[in-house]
Amino acid sequence: MSGTSLSPSVLVADDGPGTVVRIHGRHIGDRIYHGAITFFALCVPILVALIAWEIAVAGWPTFRHFGLSFLTSSDWDPVKEKFGAAPAIYGTLVSSAIALVIATPLAVGVSVFLSEFAPRWMRQPVAFLVDLLAAIPSVVYGLWGIFVLLPLMRDPVMPFLRDTLHLGTTPFFTGPAYGPSMLAAGLILAIMVLPYIASVSREVLLAVPRAQREAALALGATRWEAIWRAVLPYAKSGIVGGVILGLGRALGETMAVTMLIGNRQQISASLFAPGYTMASLIANEFTEATSDAHLSALMAVGFTLLVITIIVNAIARWLVWRVGGGAASRPL
Amino acid sequence: MTLRRTMPIALLAAAAAVACGGGSSGHTVSGDKANAPAASGGVDLTGAGATFPYPIYSKWFADYAQETSVRINYQSIGSGGGIRQLSEGTVDFGASDAPMSDDELAKAKGPVLHFPTVIGAVAVTYNLPSLSTPIRLTSDVIADIFLGHITKWNDSRIRAANPGIALPATDVLVVHRADASGTTYIFSDYLSAVSADWAKAPGKGKELSWPVGIGAKGNEGVAGQVKQTPGAIGYVELAYAKQNNLPTALLKNASGAFVAPSIESATAAAAGIADKLPNNTDYRISIVNAPGADAYPIASFTWLLVYRNQTDATKAKKLKDFLHWYLHSGESTAASLEYAPLPEVMKTRLDARVDSLITGSTT
Repeated sequence: MSGTSLSPSVLVADDGPGTVVRIHGRHIGDRIYHGAITFFALCVPILVALIAWEIAVAGWPTFRHFGLSFLTSSDWDPVKEKFGAAPAIYGTLVSSAIALVIATPLAVGVSVFLSEFAPRWMRQPVAFLVDLLAAIPSVVYGLWGIFVLLPLMRDPVMPFLRDTLHLGTTPFFTGPAYGPSMLAAGLILAIMVLPYIASVSREVLLAVPRAQREAALALGATRWEAIWRAVLPYAKSGIVGGVILGLGRALGETMAVTMLIGNRQQISASLFAPGYTMASLIANEFTEATSDAHLSALMAVGFTLLVITIIVNAIARWLVWRVGGGAASRPL
Repeated sequence: MTLRRTMPIALLAAAAAVACGGGSSGHTVSGDKANAPAASGGVDLTGAGATFPYPIYSKWFADYAQETSVRINYQSIGSGGGIRQLSEGTVDFGASDAPMSDDELAKAKGPVLHFPTVIGAVAVTYNLPSLSTPIRLTSDVIADIFLGHITKWNDSRIRAANPGIALPATDVLVVHRADASGTTYIFSDYLSAVSADWAKAPGKGKELSWPVGIGAKGNEGVAGQVKQTPGAIGYVELAYAKQNNLPTALLKNASGAFVAPSIESATAAAAGIADKLPNNTDYRISIVNAPGADAYPIASFTWLLVYRNQTDATKAKKLKDFLHWYLHSGESTAASLEYAPLPEVMKTRLDARVDSLITGSTT
């Protein structure tokens, strides 16, 4: 795209901590290029801002009418046009938390195995199969959940947790074992976010310099110690980044969760009880919502979900920054 | 059945005439199937709405295109979407599983006529492996089960309706639809009709604040959950129950007979109501708990929604032709897809109603 003559362009390297390289070119091509990529870069944030604005405007009547009780009330009654989203907010956070608690150790275990222990011939096929989990459509997970996971939950998983392990004495594993529950939704989410966390962790672990391992081993560390003390801390911030990616996926997942969570507007300490999530609430009711109040309430749920996602992500970023050693190193 | 239409006074029927590139030559009915593609590349009429009657509508539109080469594009986006699109004038007709409310009619761009097309019935399905004959349920028992007042299958009131049948002491698990649906509307319309408590508490609607139970997505979700859980009870569309051979309860109707859900009993429910319709009915009528010994109590029409004042003469002609066609040729194929056809008495009256469509803008 250059002109006929090659005029000199100057490369100026800033000497700050980041290495920002500016290219001062007088070519028309350079300027077009510069304008184009600036435009593309701005497109995404503008799009996000516009979406947020539109949802906020549509949901505003609900926020104004119900105020804070929209976030704290458990009463969701489209017939009487009373809307409280507390169970959905609670369900979204709890199901995602369950997913991360289950998926993170599994995913890190998989990636440690693949990067440190697995024989060479095994790495690619196993990594490929784990990544393949991410390619399965969520409705397929949902159907698998209904026909395989739920019967397994009903018998033997839930009775085992409740009676054999005597976890029924805690408030978290009580009540009848019907199957559709917060626990089932958390489990399916765990499977769905696992490939995201595993994939990122594996790449990060593979990027850990050999010297890091060799140094630890040379000092007399066992293999376990080398991985636990030298390799994982080095990769920590990258792994947390993978967990954030998984969390984003878990918060917004709709179809599979709807099919397994039991869709009940209630807050219950027991993970055996059915619940609701914000995404499934919108998906379930939006198509047939005709009254303005109902539509606005669903938009308000959407806006709340957006805000919660931003907050959770901000917290997670801060965590990455913290585990990455504070100001000394920069977040991913 | 009182006729109470709160229509806006300003009948500005300036509905945005959607130019969908349809052939300008108003293609009239000509039996030649062979030269079907004469009507240019476009679509002649567009509609949107209910998903429940989508299978039969798409069959009708396909059959109709074969016979007359008039092409109708229908998007099954849900009843709510159908009503919204009709109100905004982006489609030529809407379709809904629930009649438009007075508020919705007021928001439309002119008077909207409701045309019942087929009848849908809702079957109550359950999981009691020890039973060899269908369970019998009365209306107050169903209401109390879904209200959470009856929690065991061997409740004395269930036993009273099923003499000589050993009912297990299993817990009742209520399974309902989680996604907003016309099926829920029909079912809750029935419960509101038979139970004052239900009418007060959850009421009727496409989605409710359910007193008990768990929500499953779609007919398949409800059926799957019921099949897997002994003691579960739920409701699904008749067609879905029949195609999947689900056990269905016999329900006590308004005349005191226990009736199984079927195409015939659903049509009988409509016939029971149709006989007593006043001449000026707007057909926004409920047929739950209908009189008649054979009438199945949980049934409902599904409607096509059409503006009475049509702006485009060509389209109005095509629309009228189609409406007449479905009343005569279309109805006869309904049962093949497990939809109950309208009773004969209604067809002639609806024919007259089709003719009441007005062409040309009225201000």
